[in-house]
Amino acid sequence: MTPVTYLRADSSAAAIALGAADGHRLLGGGTNLIDLMRKGVEQPAVLVDVSGLAAPITEAADGSLVIGAAARNSDVAAHPLVRARYPMLARAILAGASAQIRNMATVGGNLMQRTRCVYFADAAGSRCNKRVPGSGCDALGGFTRYHAILGASPACIATHPSDMAVALVALDARLHLAGADGVRSVALANFHQLPGDSPEVETMLAPGEMILAVELPPVQPMRSTYRKVRDRASYAFALVSVAAGIVVEDGRIADVRIAVGGVAAKPWRAARAEASLRDGPASVEAFVQAAQAELAQADPLPGNAFKVQLAERTLVAVLTDLAGGDA
Amino acid sequence: MTRSLTMDRPDDRNRLDAMAQGVIGQPLDRPDGPAKVTGTAPYAAEYPVDGMAEGVLVTATISKGEVTAIDEQSVLSMPGVLAVISDQRMTARAAQGGAGEAPVQQVRQVQYYGQPIAVVLAETFEQARDAAKHLKVTYREDDDAVTDPHDPAAPTETYDEPIDQGNLAQAMAQAAYAVDVTYTTEGHNSAPMEPHASIAEWDGQTLTLHSSLQMLAYNQKELADSLDLAPEQVRLISPYVGGGFGSKLGISPEGVAASVAAMQLNRPVRVVMLRQQVFQCVMRRSETTQRLRLAADANGRLTGFGHEARVSNLPEEEFAEPVTQASEFLYPGEHRRLAIELARVNLMTAGSVRAPGEAVGMQVLESAMDELANAIGMDPVELRLRNIPDQHPSEGIPYSSRKLVECLKAGAERFGWDGSDRTPGQRREGEWWIGTGMANACRVHNINEAQARVTLSPDGTAIVASDMTDIGTGTYAILGQIAGEMLGLDPADVLVQLGDTTLPPGSGSGGSWGAASTGSAVFEACEAIREHLAEQLGTTEEELTLKDGFAIAGNRRVALPDLLAGAEVERTGHFKPGEITEAFAAAMYGAFFAEVAVNAYTGETRVRRFAGAFSMGRVLNEKTATSQCMGGMVWGIGSALTEELTFDARDGHLVNPDLAEYHIPVNLDVPHLDVVLVDERDPAGSPLQAKGVGELGICGAAGAINNAIYHACGVRVRSFPMTPDKLLAELPDP
Ligand SMILES: Cc1cc2nc3c(=O)[nH]c(=O)nc-3n(C[C@H](O)[C@H](O)[C@H](O)COP(=O)(O)OP(=O)(O)OC[C@H]3O[C@@H](n4cnc5c(N)ncnc54)[C@H](O)[C@@H]3O)c2cc1C
Ligand code: SF4
Repeated sequence: MTPVTYLRADSSAAAIALGAADGHRLLGGGTNLIDLMRKGVEQPAVLVDVSGLAAPITEAADGSLVIGAAARNSDVAAHPLVRARYPMLARAILAGASAQIRNMATVGGNLMQRTRCVYFADAAGSRCNKRVPGSGCDALGGFTRYHAILGASPACIATHPSDMAVALVALDARLHLAGADGVRSVALANFHQLPGDSPEVETMLAPGEMILAVELPPVQPMRSTYRKVRDRASYAFALVSVAAGIVVEDGRIADVRIAVGGVAAKPWRAARAEASLRDGPASVEAFVQAAQAELAQADPLPGNAFKVQLAERTLVAVLTDLAGGDA
Repeated sequence: MTRSLTMDRPDDRNRLDAMAQGVIGQPLDRPDGPAKVTGTAPYAAEYPVDGMAEGVLVTATISKGEVTAIDEQSVLSMPGVLAVISDQRMTARAAQGGAGEAPVQQVRQVQYYGQPIAVVLAETFEQARDAAKHLKVTYREDDDAVTDPHDPAAPTETYDEPIDQGNLAQAMAQAAYAVDVTYTTEGHNSAPMEPHASIAEWDGQTLTLHSSLQMLAYNQKELADSLDLAPEQVRLISPYVGGGFGSKLGISPEGVAASVAAMQLNRPVRVVMLRQQVFQCVMRRSETTQRLRLAADANGRLTGFGHEARVSNLPEEEFAEPVTQASEFLYPGEHRRLAIELARVNLMTAGSVRAPGEAVGMQVLESAMDELANAIGMDPVELRLRNIPDQHPSEGIPYSSRKLVECLKAGAERFGWDGSDRTPGQRREGEWWIGTGMANACRVHNINEAQARVTLSPDGTAIVASDMTDIGTGTYAILGQIAGEMLGLDPADVLVQLGDTTLPPGSGSGGSWGAASTGSAVFEACEAIREHLAEQLGTTEEELTLKDGFAIAGNRRVALPDLLAGAEVERTGHFKPGEITEAFAAAMYGAFFAEVAVNAYTGETRVRRFAGAFSMGRVLNEKTATSQCMGGMVWGIGSALTEELTFDARDGHLVNPDLAEYHIPVNLDVPHLDVVLVDERDPAGSPLQAKGVGELGICGAAGAINNAIYHACGVRVRSFPMTPDKLLAELPDP
């Protein structure tokens, strides 16, 4: 048997100290890590439980909202300030998993959850560069319906599955990362890495570092939403999702932020679409153009080519909906 | 004393309606409900047994070839590990429903990815699972495995005799309206909540297996045959089954493995399938390719009818998804061709999954019928009404009671059906196209041999006993109601004992035959008891009224305990299907009406309203019958929109072997389900005038959804499940 030692951290300092050692892993709600341990994909020797750490949701002096990494997904979605100021985030979280899983899942764990690539999860039978660097990628030529159309590489075509992260990246969230050398703050947009030649490197988290908190800068009021497209109405990962917010003044787009989920190894900030829209007219033609501008970079596979069209159409649907309303 | 009935002709006496207790058909709660919802009903793996070893199955990671070596030493030194067994008595597959003999046993000859090849035993489950994971297995791999279920190069054979009548090609050419379309459906898994699980105990003479099974009398023979024991040496106990849906019809590999291990280790052994194993090594519903040819005259009356299907299974399996089963008799058309091709593939066993045949056959047939209605420009309900044959179109035999017209009318009324304008793309709400669709429901009626013993105790309470199973369907409730009605007892005073091979062999649960078959055995036993009581009272059985624990005849009213005077009465009813099965085309019917919303941008489909009207002969319990219909309709939604076993065509492994990736409908996918039960008595169905209800609610359901999608947005998807990607390419501009 693979024995696992379970430790509970009572402070983030303790968590950093305990989590730094080889074979030690932080444990949030365990909804992803424990599953992967059962499947033999993850094999930590020691689990350091950080889900009990204080996880306040507080407003900073500059109006930012700071969410502790151990905050439960469901608590974040239900928080009055989140609902009032960042409704797309609340929607994104509620679009993910199931109520039971959201009650367990932590914010840190959600950002760090692994890909749902079925070959990654099949430790006994499939080759995977992410699991075993250099071993090959069995997804290529296989079942790729949930795989990436943007930013993939010949080494890996996996997507990041989080819904929450898509909204966070659209909201310019920053992460507070803590390690032995102190705390640093990074933009979430830069946190997750595209696979390149080393798909096993998924984030910029250094060994021994942990996510301490998520910081949401203040945003001006905007019409925003999170739209998730999937086969069944709930409890399924996104084929494609869109987090978007838009400010229309006199028929022109004064501000816009868009991120796309289910399409890449990271929550995909649609910078090209945003640039194409900013200061332009809020028209369906402009939305179509913006969506096409973003998806022009897409490099799909036979099994997921539909996602290009799906992403385009979802972007257009969301933007049209947001521009059409009046509050 | 046993009273036998071989059903050769209809039973028009309608005895149950003549009884006085008034409990038959009532929506009574299930007596087993409280135990189930409080977690006190023991399921197969939950029996506390001292000194139990735990086993975990090891499954093949190749699709075809041979296990050349199993390195037991690689795990025997691991903590707690007791043994690695890969014995020739173990089974590589589950038995098909009703087999009554061992399934394929050569576990070392690999025929599909996921095939059980060994079982690892240890003191704890965790130790066993870990050792199973680390067991080193060497294979010799064949290079001719067929691992793509749709592989056109797979060897095929014609299954059964095709039906060929008249000249279909000519009928098509001469038809006023003709439809020639090909649809595909993908494989399905039963996905019962309770995984397949067994605890085996061997005392040197007899084997006792607590297991989750549907047909114990057959399973007893299958297990005995596998182990080279006499059936009497095997006892199966299965009082509660957490869903079966066909996947537990036959003895399954974990039960045989647990038995072999218990005999070898001389201690009790438990083997529970992992969820992934439930998906990989029990039964799948075959994927299908179905060509429908429908030729109609100017009035919309079918003149030609063709239904040809290709399905698949492993080598040596006789089962072929009987896709054309209802097509044989549902619609007219003198020029007919019905045929099934069976492709041999190296993918897990194809077998019965709830409503084998009609589940996917009817959904395709009814989609094609909608295409025909549209080609004619006719209300699809009207098309159905015009195509009800007078007699079986191939065999010429009459239909037993058939309430299709009543179902179509009742369903249309409940739903508020308006079939006057079937032009697609008429209704839009925000981003969503809204459309409606309908389909017929049809499922053949099956009956099976069954015995049940009824004991009327001196205190006036009764016990019904049979090895029949209740797989969540309500068997405990309805058998108590049948006995209660016949003997004039409150069902609360009738104890129903099921799921133990020491009891008389029932029909088992499968093919929707449980209620009509075992129920008829109970009915027979009760009639015999009634005769005895009538004699005691000095009257005839016809003159005897039993009500509320009293026997009544003329002006005499005697409490049962007084009449029994301390003596119990025990009778066994033995019901056998006879000539009746050949004399009538007997089936259950219904009609589905669905309203869907299709997202104009994304192609996502959500079912907004779903109604079904069903006729199943006498309704034995309105609540459990309604629940069965609802469950079927939920399956229909899954079959329409999400459910699909996805195999990696390169090596035949299932890429979605769990409930996170294999998408059954969740609550949000299921709208309010409106079920109408149409009153019916079918004297040819059973002595109860009841037929079956467990499968009817699926048979055609996904077709109604397909038709509603077309009506909503004008896209006809001929490939199930109808996921957004399949609609996307053809959707009109939003
Ligand atoms: C059936 C199912 C369906 C799901 N559907 C969805 C869905 O639709 N959308 C969606 O977004 N998600 C979905 N999820 C995923 C779910 O959101 C994640 O499993 C969950 O958010 C992970 O959080 P956790 O706290 O349980 O993480 P854990 O499983 O505890 O940990 C995950 C990873 O995070 C690391 N970690 C935890 N905390 C920290 C920290 N503070 N700093 C650094 N690393 C840390 C752990 O070491 C581990 O590697 C689904 C999950 C399941 C099982
Ligand atoms: S896509 Fe990435 S995660 Fe999936 S098998 Fe290939 S390398 Fe592994």
